[in-house]
Formats: sequence, structure tokens, C-alpha cells
Amino acid sequence: MLDVLIALAPVAAMGVYVFGWYAVKQIGVCVLSCLAAEAIFTAMRRRRATLGDLSAVVTGAILAFSLPATCPIYVAVIASFAAIGLGKVVFGGLGGNVFNPAMVGRAFAMLAFTKQLAAQAYVDAGAGVHALTQATPLTAHEAGGPVASLADLFWGTTNGCVGETSAIACLVGGLYLCLRRTASWELPAAAIATVAVIAGGINLANPAAEWTVLHHLLGGALLLGAFFIITDPVSTPLTRKGKLLYGVGFGALVMLIRTLSNYPEGVMFSVLLMNAVTPLINRWTIPAPLGGRQASG
Amino acid sequence: MDYIGSLILIAVSAALINNYVLHYFVGICPFLGVSRRVDMAFGMGCAVTFVITIASFLSWALTQFILRPGAPLAAWVAGWFVDAQTAARVDLSILSYIAYIFVIASSVQFVEMYVRKFFPALYKSFGVYLPLITTNCAILFACLYIMKHIVGVGPAERWGAGEALTLAVAAGLGFTLAIVIMAGIREELDHCDVPAPFRGAGITLLVAGILAMAFTGFAGMGANLEAMLHPPADAAHQAAAAPAPPAAAQRVAADSGDRGGTRQDAPDSGGAPDDATAHTAATSSRGQRSPQGASGP
Repeated sequence: MLDVLIALAPVAAMGVYVFGWYAVKQIGVCVLSCLAAEAIFTAMRRRRATLGDLSAVVTGAILAFSLPATCPIYVAVIASFAAIGLGKVVFGGLGGNVFNPAMVGRAFAMLAFTKQLAAQAYVDAGAGVHALTQATPLTAHEAGGPVASLADLFWGTTNGCVGETSAIACLVGGLYLCLRRTASWELPAAAIATVAVIAGGINLANPAAEWTVLHHLLGGALLLGAFFIITDPVSTPLTRKGKLLYGVGFGALVMLIRTLSNYPEGVMFSVLLMNAVTPLINRWTIPAPLGGRQASG
Repeated sequence: MDYIGSLILIAVSAALINNYVLHYFVGICPFLGVSRRVDMAFGMGCAVTFVITIASFLSWALTQFILRPGAPLAAWVAGWFVDAQTAARVDLSILSYIAYIFVIASSVQFVEMYVRKFFPALYKSFGVYLPLITTNCAILFACLYIMKHIVGVGPAERWGAGEALTLAVAAGLGFTLAIVIMAGIREELDHCDVPAPFRGAGITLLVAGILAMAFTGFAGMGANLEAMLHPPADAAHQAAAAPAPPAAAQRVAADSGDRGGTRQDAPDSGGAPDDATAHTAATSSRGQRSPQGASGP
């Protein structure tokens, strides 16, 4: 878990650079309330406190990165408690959770506080932070507005969730995770490749579109999700084949929701949907034991 | 092509976007009762798909030829007793519930005999849940949904057998998908240290809730799919007309169902600095997308 926190550091740094005190506040609130939730819920179950495994810190950090910088404190607190309570403790704590806790918390908050997390809520003209004065790139794209420049998407000087804006920070942290073998490379590789292929297909069908493959790859929360959220070892398949399948399914769902649903971005929903089918993927991709007979389908 | 397109739309809508279990919350009883093992859940899904297909087709025929106002068979019989004017106005749709339950019960009897004869083990493991398919509200819901598209709509929009069958098969597949996913998760949960008060139905309902949250990601896909399949002939004409073409608006209303709250944040996402008309045109041509969601994960 410490590795994950180290890998998340560049993302946090870019978030603070772009959003200033908003990001500091968001990360602090989420991490502290996740720790508090974990302490309270484990005490209620009369179990040993599990704060030391740092998993609550990681959940809080990822939750903070996936919330808009302008998100009110109470929403962040409720999302954190939902993440730890509904996403983790109910399933028996770390190791048992079927769904990614941070994404459960965020989905809960998103459906409970539609207004505070709606596209308009990202914009706060009076904040004194440059990034907050514009619509997020994906929202602007959905509404047919101006297309963000690739450089902005790459460095992260656009509006969005605290941790999603900067592609370079996600890449640096994600490559560190993959090199350390904390995250398996199959998941992000398959996810990014799938998005690239589908977006490429869309681009070929409509060459005049300004929103290109690279926009799809660098914009939104794809890289944050591919490197940090779907690489959660608990809620993802165990085998290499299963991981590749998971990554492909994740990428396909992200593109499906981005292009067809009412939501500009689909990383959160795709993570939850793929988490839901993970037990089935595990079931279908049981590897043949060494020297044993080939699994018969 | 138009016909195939509308069939695809009905199928995707019934199976994924408005999944019967996870969007309308019908058919919960077998969803909770028979989702303990994946193979059993799959068997239940197949049985429900079979029953829903037969029952929907029969009830479509009943509604179309006997029950709806001005149905040919009813009018013909009534013509023996009263004059043709009055006979054409005979409306037996008040009998629809009785007729549908009768149809469903007899199809379930049929399935029960078949399963008992050919899959005795499955018959044993289903136990009381097999005859209980009769009271599975998903099936009655499908019948009533089809009736809604026959009674009270113009002859041009009236559903034929193709639409009714497509809806039934897709709804059954959606049910199978939901129950198999749930069974996979519940098999996993056997190894989890779930808090005692949550064991059994509690954790199952919680997981169902998280699954339902994940499925909201498909919200609004029907309208956008429709806009893609039937591209608006004249964009300028649309911009002049209402914010959304009536069919699309209706579809959006049907899609979002009771989740009316999400629809309140109107499509003007504030950030896009293009002029209002172009913006409306852009949104309406894609079937009134309201970027309600965050660009975040």
C-alpha cells in the first residue's frame, strides 16, 4: 500500500499545483474521514483496528482524486463513509470487498448529491483558481464546445476532478506501480489499448472530428482509472487471461458510456460493472494446474 | 432498416439500460432466492427467459386480437349480438390482468413439466421457486409493458409480434445477466467475513444496490442510440423546434423513469462559451444529452 501512496504522490502534487488549496482540502477531508470511518466501523465490529495497512488512506486519496475540487466538505465526508462502510467493511474488510471501495463511495455520492457533482458544479468562476473557471474538457466536448488542447490535457491545466486532469502525473505514478509489480501491467495495457482501438475506429469513421484518439486517451479519468483504480488487486481477476479480459471490458465500457450515455465520463461505472463480473471472469479463467490436464472449457 | 433499428433499441433498452431487476426492481424474489450458485442462477435465468418469451407472445396475441379496444376477434363476436357500430367499441382491456396471469401460469406449468422430466436435479434445487415464477413480477411487467404499447397508442405505433418477442427475450436475457452476476458475487461472498447482521438477504440487497448504481451509468443511452440510428434529417429545423425531438424526449422520459431528479439540471452546462442556439442544436441533435454527470470517474 505504501507503494501505491508513493505512486499517487505525483498525481496529488499536480492536483495541488492546478487547484491549490481546493485540492489540499479535498485530499485531507477524504483521507481523514476514511480513516475515521475505518476506525469507527472496525470498533463496531470489535475487531482489531486495521488503520496500519494504509488501505483506508489509499481509498481516501483515490476518492479525493475522483471528486471535483469544488465538492462541498459534507459530500466528501459522506462519500468516504459510504466507501469504507458500504464498499469494504460490510464485505468483511480488506480482501473481501467485491467492489472498489472508492468507486462505491463516489457512485453513492454521485447519485445522492446529483447537483453537487453535476457538470456545472465543477465550475466556480469566483474561486481565483484558473482551472476552475472553465468547463471540464469532456463536458465541453459533449456540449459541442471548444476542444481542449492536447498539451493542456497532457500537463493537466484543465478543470476536472482533483486527480484526473494531468495525464503525465498518472503516467509517471502508474509506470512506477507497474515497474514495482505492485500493479499488474496487463490491466492498464489492455484498458488503454482497447480505448485506443475503439476511439480510433470512431475517428476513422468520422475523420473531421476534433476530439481525437489522443483526446480520448489523455482526457477524463481514463489514465487515473487504468493505472490506479482498476489495478486494485482485491477486486480484479487473478489470472493473466482474466486481467486482460477485465482490461478490455473496462475500456469498452468506458467508450460505450462516454459516447452513448448521458454521462460525459464512464470510468466509475465501468469499474463497478467490471468488479461485478470479476467473480465470473475468475470462474471462467481457472488455469490448468502444472502438469495437470488442460481445463476443459 | 428502420424496423431492425427499433428492434435493437428495444432489446438494448430492456436488457441493459432499463434492466428489469436493476432499474425497475421487478423480479427481485428469484433474484434473491435462487442466486446462491451460478449454475442454479443460470438455470433460473433460462427458465424465466423461456416463460417470459412464451407469456409475452401469448399475451401480445391476446391483447392485439381480443382485449384491446376495437380488437377484431372481440368485435366479431360482439357483432352477433349488437350492431357493428357498438361492436367496434368493445373494450376488454379490463380483463388484461386476469388474462395475463392465466397465460403466465400455464406457461410456468409447461416449463415445470419439462424441467421435472429432463433436469430432475435442477428441478430439486429450484424447489418452490420454479412454480413461483408464476408470481415473478418481471413477467407480468413485460406483459403489461407490451400492453402499454398496444392499448392507447395509434395504429402506426402499435407493437407487432416482432417488437413484443424482442422485448421479452431481451428482458429475459437481462434478468439472466443480473442473476448470474449476483450469483458469482454471492459465491465469492461465501469466503468473506460478512458481519453477522448482514449475512444472507442483507448483503445480497446491498450488493444489488451497488449493482443498480453501476447500471445507472447506462442512463440516457436509449435516446442517444436512437439519435444515432435515426439521424435527424434536418438539424436546422430541429434547432428551431423544441429542445428535443418529441420521440427522443419521450424516450428520455421513459429511460430515466422515476429518476426524475437527475433530469432537472438542464443541458446548459454553463461552461461552454458558444452561443445558445448552436449549443441547443448540438445537444438536441444528440437526443438531448444533459451532461449531468461529472467528467470524473
